[in-house]
Amino acid sequence: MIRDIGAETITKTVARLFQEANFDLGEDVLDSLGRALEAEESPLGRDVLEQILENARIAKEERIPLCQDCGTAVVFLEVGQDVHITGENLYAAIEEGVRKGYEEGFLRKSIVTRPFSSRTNTNDNTPPVIHTRITDGDRLRIRVMPKGGGSENTIHLAMLKPSEGRRGIVEFVVRVVEEVGGNPCPPTIVGIGIGGTAEKAMTMAKEALLRKVGEPNPEPEVAELEAEILKRVNDLGIGPQGLGGRITALAVHAEVFPTHIASLPVAVNLQCHSARHKEAVL
Amino acid sequence: MIKNVASPLSDKEIEGLRSGDRVLVTGIIYTARDAAHKRMVEALDRGEGLPFDIKGQTIYYTGPSPPRPGRVIGSAGPTTSSRMDLYTPRLIEEGLRGMIGKGGRSPEVKEAMKRYRAIYFAAIGGAGALLSSSIENSEVIAYEDLGAEAIRLLEVKDFPAIVANDIHGGDIYEEGRAIYRRKVV
Repeated sequence: MIRDIGAETITKTVARLFQEANFDLGEDVLDSLGRALEAEESPLGRDVLEQILENARIAKEERIPLCQDCGTAVVFLEVGQDVHITGENLYAAIEEGVRKGYEEGFLRKSIVTRPFSSRTNTNDNTPPVIHTRITDGDRLRIRVMPKGGGSENTIHLAMLKPSEGRRGIVEFVVRVVEEVGGNPCPPTIVGIGIGGTAEKAMTMAKEALLRKVGEPNPEPEVAELEAEILKRVNDLGIGPQGLGGRITALAVHAEVFPTHIASLPVAVNLQCHSARHKEAVL
Repeated sequence: MIKNVASPLSDKEIEGLRSGDRVLVTGIIYTARDAAHKRMVEALDRGEGLPFDIKGQTIYYTGPSPPRPGRVIGSAGPTTSSRMDLYTPRLIEEGLRGMIGKGGRSPEVKEAMKRYRAIYFAAIGGAGALLSSSIENSEVIAYEDLGAEAIRLLEVKDFPAIVANDIHGGDIYEEGRAIYRRKVV
């Protein structure tokens, strides 16, 4: 049975989700930051974590963005194959939702056209970046993620040799986290995509950030890899905001996908502590 | 202990600050980030002046979100300072004495800071809602067409920050990491 979903409903939902994401940090993130505060030994690091938690409280109460960088509007869609969108085109409806949400919410518009020349602000934070997957059923799942520029700028990709294997992956991720230091606003969530092609690995690394903070990959060998990388990363001493400390990352989330016999792609996407995302199912 | 710091900064004040010190900044600071830095240095290259007298002043690397009606400013936390590194030594030569941002600086910036006696503070990235409560007034004074990236004059009171790089060669990003680093066994 085909089910109709109106484009205006999608627009309204997207507008609401981007505002909620920017004002209201998820409970899982807050809990994780609370545990980090208990575990952190550095006085400066503890001070930073306390202020981050206080910031979340103010943002929620006063509806001020958690961070002035309200991000690129990234949207992950799961479209049931029995869904029929009525009215506008699905992508146009989402774009309108971004425009409306950023305007109504007094969110910062950070998108510029002509990246290497005029860099002119589009003034409505469009266009969004949309990832779409077709699924079974008659529902539309919308997950929004305002992704900050500071953390996005620290993304790395390595096309490792298959012979470098598991060890190569660990060393690469740890090296990236070490190099970028305080820039991605630690404590971070480390998203890792392993396998597929280059762009598949990149997308997995980003989507991994949408998982509940600290929830391990269901596959035991991947969960073990996550735990080992988390320990290694937290041994670097970078700490909250890079000022030194025990908690450099709150969690490591890895996703894997089959790959070519010649390849071992590894993508690392660091998510700042302001891990903003919200979802709705229509 | 938390030190109170007045901006514009005095020589004596800068002299007394050490990396890792927690401070509360009160006074006047100017906002500028990527696009404004590019324009300022291009103006200097053409032999023109800067849109404000930079001598002794502090620049805060931020592009605030729009204020809700009745508010002074929106969310206003620091952006990554290293993107300004290419332009910063030039501005320090022109008299810039203080910077507020987040993340480590280049060797060229640190060298210029020592030579011309300038100080770099780290504010907490991703705490823009909290930091905005220390901003009492905000006025766009140049490059209005840049929107969030325009140069603003801010009046701040007890704005919380940490001394990241001092004029004595102290660097909290290196020192902090060295204390808490664990060797891989």
